[in-house]
Amino acid sequence: MQSGLGDLDELYQEVLLDHYRNPRNTDRLEEPASEVDAVNPFCGDEIHMQLGMDGERVAKISVSGQGCSISQATGSLLTEIVEGKTPDEARALRELFRGLMMGEDLTDDQLDELEDSVALQGVRRFPVRIKCALLSWSALSDALDKVAPAG
Amino acid sequence: MASGAPLDVQRIRADFPILSRQVNGHTLTYLDNAATSQKPTQVIQSLVDYYERYNSNVHRGVHTLSIEATEAYEDARGKVQRFINAPSPESIIWTRNTSESLNLVAYTWAEANVGAGDEIVTTAMEHHSDIVPWQQLAYRKGATLKIIRETETGRLDMEQAAEFITERTKIVAATHMSNVLGTVNDVKALADAVHRVGGVMLVDGAQSVPHMPVDVQALDCDFMAFSAHKMLGPTGIGVLYGKPEILEVMPPWMFGGDMILEVTFEDASWNDLPYRFEAGTPNIADAIATGAAVDYLAELGMDRVWAHEQQITAYALDKFKDLNGITLLGPREVEDKGAVISFSHDSVHSHDLGTALDQLGIAIRTGHHCAMPLVRSHGIISAARASFYIYNTEAEVDILVDGLNEAEEYFSKAGIL
Repeated sequence: MQSGLGDLDELYQEVLLDHYRNPRNTDRLEEPASEVDAVNPFCGDEIHMQLGMDGERVAKISVSGQGCSISQATGSLLTEIVEGKTPDEARALRELFRGLMMGEDLTDDQLDELEDSVALQGVRRFPVRIKCALLSWSALSDALDKVAPAG
Repeated sequence: MASGAPLDVQRIRADFPILSRQVNGHTLTYLDNAATSQKPTQVIQSLVDYYERYNSNVHRGVHTLSIEATEAYEDARGKVQRFINAPSPESIIWTRNTSESLNLVAYTWAEANVGAGDEIVTTAMEHHSDIVPWQQLAYRKGATLKIIRETETGRLDMEQAAEFITERTKIVAATHMSNVLGTVNDVKALADAVHRVGGVMLVDGAQSVPHMPVDVQALDCDFMAFSAHKMLGPTGIGVLYGKPEILEVMPPWMFGGDMILEVTFEDASWNDLPYRFEAGTPNIADAIATGAAVDYLAELGMDRVWAHEQQITAYALDKFKDLNGITLLGPREVEDKGAVISFSHDSVHSHDLGTALDQLGIAIRTGHHCAMPLVRSHGIISAARASFYIYNTEAEVDILVDGLNEAEEYFSKAGIL
């Protein structure tokens, strides 16, 4: 039988699958500076996010939850680029990621800033799954607003 | 058509233009009928006819178009009445959908009849639209909400129902058929129980009326709610059936044109049933098209529709036994079960399954099915659901099963099993 699932490879890139199988930074923080539960009301996917701050910067971030491969892998991938950033830098990353999902043309430098999260580019071809990829980033935005209200 | 003969599914399919559509390079396999059904040419054409030939407001003018529109609109009400064996056309109220029908009861009958300390009984199988209005009513009134649980075999716990329905029970609101489990509930037994204590029975018929013979008088329910779009009709129109003697004394809900008898600058009096509950210009075109949908189903015969769905459900349940990693929700046998099969995969999330099946042109529902408490009570947050209708075939069940096997293989290679 002819396999019709080949196009899925664009969605399920190896790096995404790796983060889904082995999510990073899932340990809960003892004393988070900020904590957020985000739920996608359409599908019930859940993300629990905690931020630990060191002065101006995000020193530690923890993400856990339940849901599809896209929502959970995005949360894990996000932790790798947000750690060490200031709230404004993290918000700028969120804008870049959102641009990536919306099909905007990002420069090579911008793509570099997103590091492995660029692997989620393939989600664009599956528009109904974009909200899965944005769940953790919107949780991050709420978590950042609690420690440093957007200016 | 001869009653008892199986449906001529190929002939039925020819009436549904959408079924020949290609999706991602495959002919559409539409298995999301519990969410909404597809529409036959006869229903689509009735909408076109109305707008092309006699579009006009109803109950207002003396001109030809208005007379024709009014006749067709009221004719459709009569068709719905006969379809569910309601005692009179006046007992059929047009609403937007099942949710609006349920809210109508919560905001009118229940608002007037449920007080502090009273009890409302519902079930663990309800759609959000038959839970949340009762939660809100209970908050407003200081009443208590009791939920009849699901047994281990996916049925309603009727012993608990007997315990819960007491002198304090004012209303029992229960689904006739679960949109997740497919379970068909004995709503007649619930109606008998609540009538013994002087309360009323509200049945959510959204999943039953499209798929089986439903006789509101035989069920002895006081209210029944359902939507046209799940039974070949258009979106945006639903029905509330109410026993005439109850509707007669029920306070109105929305105010405006059509629902009044006489208006002065100081006061107003209310029109007769059913117009008292239909304020403003109604959804004329979709009501008429609902009549066309009911004609289509009545012509097939609802006992034959049910028999077809029982057969395809039994076939699917049997095929599902051979699938790896799949857990079924609800009854495993076709007895008391409609054409709804919900399932979860041990390691693949339902959205990932749904996206894979969509690549093969197969449409299923994924997620919480607007029944979060029920899905969570099964220890999962999301399930996949295949649901069948008059145009589905055993060959399509095979396409689904092959698709699930292909998806399993894909995700296994991807290392997430």
